[in-house]
Amino acid sequence: MRATDTVVEARRVMEICNACRYCEGYCAVFPAMELRRDFSNADLSYLANLCHDCRGCFYACQYAPPHEFNLNLPRTFAQLRAETYAEYAWPGPLAALFRRNGVVVSLAVAFALAAVLVLTAVLQTPSVIYSPHTGVGAFYAVIPLGAMIAVGLVTFGYALLALAVGYRQFWRDTAADLKRPAGWRAWRRALGDAAALRNLTGGGFGCNDRDESFSTIRRWLHHAMFYGFVSCFAATCVATVYHHVFGWMAPYPLFSVPVVLGLLGGIGLLIGTVGLLTLKIVRDPAPAARELLGADMALLVLLALVAATGLLLLALRDSAAMGILLAVHLGFVLALFLILPYGKFVHGIYRLGALVHYAAEIAPERIGARAIE
Amino acid sequence: MTDRTGSYDVLVAGGGNAALCAAIAARKAGASVLLVEHAPRAFRGGNSRHTRNFRVMHTAPTATLTEAYAEDEYWDDLQRVTGGETDEALARLTIHNSAPALAWMDSHGVRFQPSLTGTLSLSRTNAFFLGGGKALLNAYYRVAERLGVVIRYDAEVRDVRLRDGVVESVEIESSGATTSLHVKAVVVAAGGFQANIEWLKQYWGAVADNFLIRGTPYAKGRVLRNLLDQGAMPVGDPTQCHAVAIDARAPKFDGGIVTRLDAIPFSIVVNRDARRFYDEGEDLWPKRYAIWGRLIAQQPGQIAYAITDAKALTLFMPSMYPAITAATIDELAGKLTLDGAALAETLRAYNAAVQPGRFNDKILDDCRTEGLAPAKSHWAQRIDTPPYIAYPLRPGITFTYLGVKVDDRARVVMRNGARAENLFAAGEIMAGNILGRGYLAGFGMTIGTVFGRIAGAEAAKHARH
Repeated sequence: MRATDTVVEARRVMEICNACRYCEGYCAVFPAMELRRDFSNADLSYLANLCHDCRGCFYACQYAPPHEFNLNLPRTFAQLRAETYAEYAWPGPLAALFRRNGVVVSLAVAFALAAVLVLTAVLQTPSVIYSPHTGVGAFYAVIPLGAMIAVGLVTFGYALLALAVGYRQFWRDTAADLKRPAGWRAWRRALGDAAALRNLTGGGFGCNDRDESFSTIRRWLHHAMFYGFVSCFAATCVATVYHHVFGWMAPYPLFSVPVVLGLLGGIGLLIGTVGLLTLKIVRDPAPAARELLGADMALLVLLALVAATGLLLLALRDSAAMGILLAVHLGFVLALFLILPYGKFVHGIYRLGALVHYAAEIAPERIGARAIE
Repeated sequence: MTDRTGSYDVLVAGGGNAALCAAIAARKAGASVLLVEHAPRAFRGGNSRHTRNFRVMHTAPTATLTEAYAEDEYWDDLQRVTGGETDEALARLTIHNSAPALAWMDSHGVRFQPSLTGTLSLSRTNAFFLGGGKALLNAYYRVAERLGVVIRYDAEVRDVRLRDGVVESVEIESSGATTSLHVKAVVVAAGGFQANIEWLKQYWGAVADNFLIRGTPYAKGRVLRNLLDQGAMPVGDPTQCHAVAIDARAPKFDGGIVTRLDAIPFSIVVNRDARRFYDEGEDLWPKRYAIWGRLIAQQPGQIAYAITDAKALTLFMPSMYPAITAATIDELAGKLTLDGAALAETLRAYNAAVQPGRFNDKILDDCRTEGLAPAKSHWAQRIDTPPYIAYPLRPGITFTYLGVKVDDRARVVMRNGARAENLFAAGEIMAGNILGRGYLAGFGMTIGTVFGRIAGAEAAKHARH
């Protein structure tokens, strides 16, 4: 079992919070905390991943620094989350990628981009790359469909596998002593909570970014990013069906389902990521974990570049720039697939697991006794 | 030194709930307002930082309150806890105005938790602030700033200079410099004197050195002293304070809610000589919670130890400090630096006196001692199951009762019966008018909110005429 400084600090914070409980209205962390008197490492992993970093508790805390109790729950839990990402990573040795993750992601992007560009340049004659292509199968003239599918399936398939194993390791560790198994009700509630980011509402009035004031902007930006991502993914799925079931070859017209989904998704993804990046810059650094900024920024920038190059590709697909843009776009997509299980993206997997755990353990009425005078 | 920030209609002394309500009310009534808070920004808000709820009259369930809490029941509760030491007119004014105050709070950014079923009965009488008192203060400070209230932190009002019942000037000390300000009206909302150990010593002697102050270290009572010295009429027993038993390991100031201990009904409590001194199971804990500070203050060294065993560990709310545990009584005595033989004898006598009964921590059960002095009337179980656990206890002072007398317009009343023309008071500095003794959960915030609003509005009215 780990007994890092962060685990020790998280336990100290939880023991003080559990004697106070003033924040129980903000999110799921506090009702879950109230079910416990002692906090095992597994409990702390669970609670840290249940935390959505709304930061309401930091500004409401009568014991926040400079108070001598020095409670900073959002920062402590963010640091602990980062440790759990490494702990549950699969295969184990690759956990090292979570250290200096910003650098790792940047290198992955550089590698993937270079690989796609070099391979395209080596395998295709310049005249193919730099000439405009239109009509059916235009993209595949530059990068063969078979190569696209093979690389995509292998990298994305691997990412899914690694994420699934990570989820299983998290669940085995943190939900071992769950009294009731997590049934479909728990899953339905957890998926609903995740889809709505209910725990990022700070008890219904928004979360904190710059200061004590509440805002729902972060939640909406995350929605734009997440549903943009989902929409782009759906576009790819629809296109796959078009191609393999109906034999309709890309590029598709502007008002086709894949293009509309991809366009809206790309715009959402771009707005969400750029907005969240901006918030990371202007936010109050006090409740944030500065050492995690690299990993957070890296994924956001990569997603933004995927979206931006995708939109650019759509805009210029009939021009001579298409070939090189396609290679660049696919390079970023490849990088995203590669780092999916070894970057900030994993937070979604573990948070969903924590929400399932929460839905399974908490009574609908929730909440125990309050400290009251 | 002259003040560079300009002149103001209304000066508010203090930075807690009552002060903010007064400042916002005065500003909304058109006055220019300066709020002078002794604490730095990080510790702004006085004892309101440690509060959590607001006692409110209501006739029907609301989003945050269950059932109803009528005026008469509210008044009965107040009479009961104060033993009649309350001004009925001011008390009823407070109760009446608690209902509209709730809506006012909501419209000024205070957020409440939804009413929660299955919790303590307080969900009927008290509205809980989402995030607690500091979140409430954050909301009020934002509103005050937005409205244009000028806020000065790290600045203490040292002298509200009165002449013939009229404030002539206000002296403020900030980073070593003293400024004298002329304002049209003043609201004093600077709290009690519980953090002023020297003042507490006037009534308690050296014993007060061993008191822990649960809230802000900035409640020195200087404005209160200043006004009393200039002839303001006092209310409330100056020797009295709300004192509970808290964990002796708590910091001297500002430990707040997390240092409280609810273990006493399920323990025996011994003093420095390892002797019991009071019936730990006299009544349900909420009814006896507030007597233990005084009881421990009367013991040698103002220290006591709650001692129980493994059976009791999960019967009370966890505190922030871990229990002191030991496999034997002798080892426990060693850890607490108590006389082992004396503690063993106290426990032997107690265990021998415990009668058979059916333990139930939710009611006044029939587990009691027989032939023991002092008796333990309820929840008396043999202490015989290791690990033995203990918590050290000291008196924790929440607030003091001494204040200045006010009328129904929050005007300060002088000893000769005259009303100070342009001096108003709100919050703990005048709460003794209504809560002369005892304690009612969430009522301090109600007094502060209701009288803060009245004082602010009256001060603005005076200033603008």
